[in-house]
Amino acid sequence: MSDIVNSPDFSRRAWLLSDRPATRMQARLGRAYTIWSRFAENRLALIGLGIILLLIFLAIFANVLAPYSPVQGDLRNARLMPPNAAHWFGTDDQGRDILSRLVFGSRLTLFVIFLVAIIAAPVGLIIGTVSGYAGGWVDAVLMRITDIFLAFPKLVLALALVAALGPGIENAVLAIAVTSWPPYARIARAETMTFRNSDFISAVKLMGASPFRIVLRHVMPLCLSSLIVRVTLDMAGIILTAAGLGFLGLGAQPPLPEWGAMIASGRRFILDQWWVATVPGIAILIVSLGFNLLGDGLRDALDPKEAGQ
Amino acid sequence: MTIPVTPQLAGRRRARANGMAMNVLRFIVVVVTTYLGLLAVTFFIGRVIPIDPVLAVLGDRAPASVVERVREEMGLNKPLYVQFYVYVKAALSGDFGTSVLTTNPVLQDIKRAFPATLELATFGTLLGTFIGVPLGVLAAVKRNSFVDQVVRVIGLVGYSVPIFWLGLLALVVFYAKLRWVAFPGRLDVTFEYSFEPMTGLFLFDAIWQRQWDVLWDAFRHIVLPGSLLGYFSLAYISRMTRSFMLNELQQEYIVAARAKGLSETKIIWFHALRNAAVPLVTVIALSYAGLLEGSVLTETIFSWPGIGLYITNSLQNADMNAVLGGTIVIGSVFIGINLFSDLLYRTLDPRTRAR
Amino acid sequence: MTMIHTFNKHMRVLTASAAMSVLLMAAPQAFADTPKDTLVEGFAIDDIISMDPGEAFELSAAEITANTYSYLVRLDLNDTSKVVNDLAESYTVSPDGLTYTFKLKPGLKFASGNPITAEDVAWSFERVVKLDKSPAFILTQFGLTGDNVTEKAKATDANTFTFTVDKPYAPSFVLNCLTATVATVVDKKLVLTHIAAVAPTDKYKYDNDFGNGWLKTGYAGSGPFKLREWRANEAVVLERNDNFYGTKTPLKRVIYRHMKESAGQRLALESGDIDVARNLEPGDYVAAGKSATLSTTNAPKGTVYYISLNQKNPNLAKPEVTEAFKYLVDYDAIGETLIKGIGEIHQTFLPKGVLGELDKNPYKLDVAKAKELLAKAGLKDGFTVTMDVRNTQPVTGIAESVQQTLAQVGIKLEIIPGDGKQTLTKYRARTHDMYIGQWGQDYFDPNSNAETFTVNADNSDDGKSKTLAWRNAWDVPKEWTAESKAALLEKDSTKRADMYKDLQQKVLEKSPFVVIFQQTEVAGYKKNLKGFKLGPSFDTNYVSTVSKD
Repeated sequence: MSDIVNSPDFSRRAWLLSDRPATRMQARLGRAYTIWSRFAENRLALIGLGIILLLIFLAIFANVLAPYSPVQGDLRNARLMPPNAAHWFGTDDQGRDILSRLVFGSRLTLFVIFLVAIIAAPVGLIIGTVSGYAGGWVDAVLMRITDIFLAFPKLVLALALVAALGPGIENAVLAIAVTSWPPYARIARAETMTFRNSDFISAVKLMGASPFRIVLRHVMPLCLSSLIVRVTLDMAGIILTAAGLGFLGLGAQPPLPEWGAMIASGRRFILDQWWVATVPGIAILIVSLGFNLLGDGLRDALDPKEAGQ
Repeated sequence: MTIPVTPQLAGRRRARANGMAMNVLRFIVVVVTTYLGLLAVTFFIGRVIPIDPVLAVLGDRAPASVVERVREEMGLNKPLYVQFYVYVKAALSGDFGTSVLTTNPVLQDIKRAFPATLELATFGTLLGTFIGVPLGVLAAVKRNSFVDQVVRVIGLVGYSVPIFWLGLLALVVFYAKLRWVAFPGRLDVTFEYSFEPMTGLFLFDAIWQRQWDVLWDAFRHIVLPGSLLGYFSLAYISRMTRSFMLNELQQEYIVAARAKGLSETKIIWFHALRNAAVPLVTVIALSYAGLLEGSVLTETIFSWPGIGLYITNSLQNADMNAVLGGTIVIGSVFIGINLFSDLLYRTLDPRTRAR
Repeated sequence: MTMIHTFNKHMRVLTASAAMSVLLMAAPQAFADTPKDTLVEGFAIDDIISMDPGEAFELSAAEITANTYSYLVRLDLNDTSKVVNDLAESYTVSPDGLTYTFKLKPGLKFASGNPITAEDVAWSFERVVKLDKSPAFILTQFGLTGDNVTEKAKATDANTFTFTVDKPYAPSFVLNCLTATVATVVDKKLVLTHIAAVAPTDKYKYDNDFGNGWLKTGYAGSGPFKLREWRANEAVVLERNDNFYGTKTPLKRVIYRHMKESAGQRLALESGDIDVARNLEPGDYVAAGKSATLSTTNAPKGTVYYISLNQKNPNLAKPEVTEAFKYLVDYDAIGETLIKGIGEIHQTFLPKGVLGELDKNPYKLDVAKAKELLAKAGLKDGFTVTMDVRNTQPVTGIAESVQQTLAQVGIKLEIIPGDGKQTLTKYRARTHDMYIGQWGQDYFDPNSNAETFTVNADNSDDGKSKTLAWRNAWDVPKEWTAESKAALLEKDSTKRADMYKDLQQKVLEKSPFVVIFQQTEVAGYKKNLKGFKLGPSFDTNYVSTVSKD
């Protein structure tokens, strides 16, 4: 019995799960470990994580993994070929290998998702928390701005921005981000309002913390988890919006192998050469599934109430 | 027995009346500022877009003198705030300007395009709600069972699939191969001369005018695009229903109700769902507003002459009058739906009232 | 108890859906075919901005007006270098080449029942010139202005119309211009009842709009069909004109349904919901050709697609570079794949079928030669350049192909996609590097293309004319411009043709234009249609001869 108790795994785990952490670092690590073990229990969530890791892997090693160039094709001889031994997913209308384009396109997909999340989420978080915490006319003004952006037809806003800023994937990303942040602001505000009158906030106020510090170090972290979950779940929508912009001709510049643009340009052949549009569609489907499973898993892990049942 | 009106009671009543007046005032201010903001943003966008609207009207071949003259006629040489002021003044009296493309008054164009989208979005949301809510409830009640997984997967696929791809596939299967549905547009050419729409909602008008063959044909045209939108709506609604229901089913009053011996059906449908209905209504309203925004992609594939196509076409030709008009209409619907769901929320859930 | 509840619930759902499917399947299939007396065409008609012949300039509108209005003379479909009489019974040209006298056929009526007189013709010309909309230049280029039009285009008696021009142009040129939409005849009496008052300004001196507001969506013509309705982005509906002076049309009505997607048009055509599909892409066109129930037809159109190099860019201004670009397009591969069926490789600026056409395609993809030329220009390591491309096909596909061939000599091409009007705005402002576009003839005469490709009177940024040569800042050699203008006045058709051939040869060798292909319009249609043909131009796509078995 003493061997089990003294074995290193047991003691490390015990150290992490101790309810009397000696240092803040230990407390943080302990919390992270708890969340991780809850997450790891959910098999579907692990599958989601696996998909995303695969995506990242593809993006990093695209040069090595792709059999052909994603931008050079043989127009005359290899156009619109069905999947075969040489081209596992066939070729597109410029004779380019679809598998290679898919692999390189993972970089663009990650780029789009990452950028939109980096722009939209913090903006929404800041506006939402400030608005929820400050109340009064600050809240009114910020919420008016949010409502205006919410009421605005998303398509018009995105189209107009892309038209104004010029084509290209960065501008498309900006356009999507600008239309994505209002829901996050609303969520953050709603969350903030539920606990802004609670005891621990009052306690910190009593200790003399400035509103700025309160919002930054106490309010925002609490909203973070639901925001992360929401952002992850929105990833699919973001990719599809980028595809939709590509459909209207405002997405990535050719010949970039962005998955949405591939579907948009492949839809002309859907009746006879279905693979050109379908294969990137399936890729988007799998990645979205991955993000959704990941998001669900995160939500279950971060909010034990939901997971408990 | 009348209650004597003491000074305290009078004071409280006055306070409540004042409170209500304040609320109404706040309401008006909110609406007006949002509208003005909408208009200002759209106007700004119109001037920032690098498309020459005169080009859209005259085309590429017009000689330079004609171009200059028309630019003057369209008032494009005046400073921005003057144009804005002129526009707002006209809009207040119901004149939304003329579309430079179709040369009809924008209001007339929208009166034709908007009901098409309205009909489609309503069909989709009704489908999404009446199938999505029961599915969500089922998934919540049978959590982690096979049924739950199926419902979740259906939902996830609905989230992740490109609509134009699915739409084209659906056309191939249900229209070309099975001949179950009709395409393109809203109505067959046979009724070109015999059907006079009243409200623009063909299903409603056909029933009103008792033209049953028109009703059937209109239904066959709307069922595929409507079901497509319904599927996306369903994916979202079923997921949210499941989430809210899970929340409710954990509450203690459920345990209490079960202990009291109430039937399971009653507990689920009459107690849990009713409480989950509060945020659910907001979700459905938002989903409806989202569909109304005019799914351009759906309208393009099915040649549905709705407001999504109208606005996109106008934007691509820098026809800002039309874009402004369309934005106002859609923005109004959004604002209206938001306000309505806020109101509903406050009415149904007293906890949200104290502020 | 719970199980029974769930079972009942499931049963209810099952029976409901079963009932629905039975209903759908049992539905009458009566509406699968189009009505026997109606032609339904699937056609992208969102380019129409007006149905007023004095204003309409888009291809779809040109087709509609050609089927609903009458002209003095029309293009001869059997010999496109000639014209045939429509409203005119005969015409003469004065010896000095300045006066054209038309004798109208007597006893003809408009759709409204009003008689067609020379006064209507004169008034039609008058309103075009005074309204001064986009297509007006086709008439005003002959020296007509708002002040002199009533003199220069007038009815000398009820059946005689005279048209006076300012220079002794080649009669073929003048007559060709009169076959344009803008020269159609409107019903003066009818339109006068619909004019709207307008406050005169210094830019527009007249007190009424000549019925322009009403005619945008209205109709006042005399063609085989009359325009019943135009619903923007939705449909155009034509109805048989029972007062038509010629053979009554076999069909009672024609409906153009707006459909943008080629795949959608093909599905609808195969399922019988439309009779004709007009916007088929190569793949769908080939599939329609293979179908047992469908036929296909095609006709070359007077539109050429080209790539142009802005001479403001110092690299592109080098003559060796412009020549090198002509060798860096894979014409054969593009012809075999991207434009198969919808276009033919064509490298001269006059389309086939036009007087003076030159059928020479000397350039082929030659990377080695291009490298040599670039080295001569001191650019053997290539350079970076952008190209503005509309996000439609086939131009996007061609741009991508060119991007790849250019990469082989070290030229890095960045494609800037944009929507049609957006790229056009940039092009007209001369802020592009390279542009890929198309030019369709305004009227069926060589001058239309010759002018735009070889005339650039004022190359400065304020230059008034927006010819393609100007847009690319190309300082055209003065002799070429002079030759182009002289060809306008050359009365001998053969000599005139030779002048254009010479011009095309020069442009082939030394211009910043790389002409790639000429458009072929295609259509798929049901086998039971008789007499369906596409003409050499959009305003000769007649539907008046179509009938159904």
